[in-house]
Amino acid sequence: MLSSHWFSLWLAAPARLLSMGPVDLAIVVAYFTLVLAIGFYLKKYASTGEDFFMAGREMTAWIAGLSFISANLGSLEMMGYAAATYQYGMIVAHAYFIAAIPAILFLSIVMLPFYYICKTHSVPGYLKLRFGEATRGLSGISFAVMTILMSGINMYSMAVIMKVILGWDIHFSIWVSSITVALYVMAGGLLSAIFNEVLQFFLIWLGCLLIPVMGLIETGGWSGLVARIQHNFPGQDYIHLWRNVGAFTDNPMGLHWTGIVFGWGIAISFGYWTTDFLVVQRVMAAKNLRSAQMGTIIGALLKMMVPLIVILPGLLGLAVLPFKLVDEGTAVATGAHSYNEVLPLMLARYCGPGLLGLGVTALIAGFMSGMAGNVSAFATVWTYDIYRPFLRKNASDAHYVSMGRWCSLLGVFVSIGTAYLVMNFSSIIVYAQVIFIFFIVPLFGTVILGMLWKRCTPAGGFWGLLAGILTSFVLWLWVHLDPSALVYVAFSTHAKDMSENIFRAIWSLAACLLVTVGVSLVTRPKPEAELAGLVYGLTDIPSEARFPLFQRPIFWAGAVGAAFVAVNLIFW
Amino acid sequence: MGRHFISIWFFIGLLLSIYGILILGAGIYGLWHPPAQPVVLANLHMGIWWGLLLMLLGGFYVYHFFPGKE
Repeated sequence: MLSSHWFSLWLAAPARLLSMGPVDLAIVVAYFTLVLAIGFYLKKYASTGEDFFMAGREMTAWIAGLSFISANLGSLEMMGYAAATYQYGMIVAHAYFIAAIPAILFLSIVMLPFYYICKTHSVPGYLKLRFGEATRGLSGISFAVMTILMSGINMYSMAVIMKVILGWDIHFSIWVSSITVALYVMAGGLLSAIFNEVLQFFLIWLGCLLIPVMGLIETGGWSGLVARIQHNFPGQDYIHLWRNVGAFTDNPMGLHWTGIVFGWGIAISFGYWTTDFLVVQRVMAAKNLRSAQMGTIIGALLKMMVPLIVILPGLLGLAVLPFKLVDEGTAVATGAHSYNEVLPLMLARYCGPGLLGLGVTALIAGFMSGMAGNVSAFATVWTYDIYRPFLRKNASDAHYVSMGRWCSLLGVFVSIGTAYLVMNFSSIIVYAQVIFIFFIVPLFGTVILGMLWKRCTPAGGFWGLLAGILTSFVLWLWVHLDPSALVYVAFSTHAKDMSENIFRAIWSLAACLLVTVGVSLVTRPKPEAELAGLVYGLTDIPSEARFPLFQRPIFWAGAVGAAFVAVNLIFW
Repeated sequence: MGRHFISIWFFIGLLLSIYGILILGAGIYGLWHPPAQPVVLANLHMGIWWGLLLMLLGGFYVYHFFPGKE
């Protein structure tokens, strides 16, 4: 275990966390300069609605795939999961495997053809075509709320990084980062966001990859890492994916394998990856359906590699940090470092002049890509799914582009407000999951039934979605007012916050599916002629038969699926 | 892409090249002027190796996707 001696040594040498030199600052400044330059350079190419909101629908598979995964590499990915890994161990890596890969591949092969063929601008736009205006309105408004809240999380996370590494004022960091994002998204719309996300992808990898490389050298490889964790935390299993989930009490997360498979692997994962417009928008901007599908599969492959720069640093924190990290509340009260600081602490441990600047820039890039993703998706949904249908129906294309630009700015300012809200929650990742489950999980139930079941009716879609959202909210409220209710929601009093979220997701999805089916069976469906291009069995999906096997999305989806199985077996 | 943008890969190459030069320079400077509080494994001089990697990667992208070359 860690001694107070080491702890006091670390606190006595805070300069190492604050040692950004001129080279490091130059690296950060160069990044901000180039990001803004790209935004303003692309402004002239974002003059129409199709350009501003859908990047002209001309992205290649690689650009769409890199952008797809980079938009997901926000603060939730990097700081949140690194923190959760320190707290719960490798079990958190399920977020990158079962809670991502099956859903992404499902999106590519099953759902993208419908999104793409109906040429909608957004997921709520699909719901309008399939179920009508009420469902679109409910989905659009809930998505807008969620997006702004998530954007606030990104801002807060980034400000924490700046506080730990540089000692910058937390408010100053929030404002500098958010105004930069607002400027480049306002200028170039989705096109600018995608360009910067691809740039950010490289920065994130080249900046953060140093931590696992150096960490594994220090610990003497994987076996050395495992030995150190077992020495520091005897009797606790931090290094397996499945071996310690047979009972709620077998792992520090208080999670059961049923929760992982049905809650994380199906309800949350499919909700996020197949219906969260933030990520789906990136592949909908591809130049054709095949590029969109291949881009998504590229995204799945890259997603499986992200644990190297997120999970591994969390495990390395357990192995090499000479003091224990604590939750945010304790950290504030005692002055100790919190779980959320594990990633910047690891950067400070290994990165000297120049490299520290690169690592910090990588984290800033990660946060800004998350923010930009939220802002550009918010601008699209607000303009196309709320403003145009409910506030001003028949304006010119130029008017909607102008609205998109201004609501990018507005979205940033509202996000700034929510960033301050985030500070009151003890764990960033848990807060994020609460929001996800309220809005995204039931949305998957509505969309998938709409795509695969032609009998599903507009009334069924609307009431099912509403029932899922309300179920999630009521269960969350119940447990927070009466903690003993946890045994009914998560089937165990040992379930931690994350585990509770996962089981609440199952309830939410179940409520959505049951109500949608029930209401659909007693209401009138749309005529089949109106469902062409929207529903399985009534949509002409282009055949891949003319392509050789190695060029077919289904082949590569199978290959990535096989790699997914192999990784799970290796780290069982 | 249908329109004639400067390729995103060029921008990536440009930034990585600049970073490579800066980090390599800082790494070489550190050989003669090591920081007062060295990081863990400072003896590996990772700045030099990482700076070279960034320069090579960035240089490849700048050369290959230079505007007007495609």
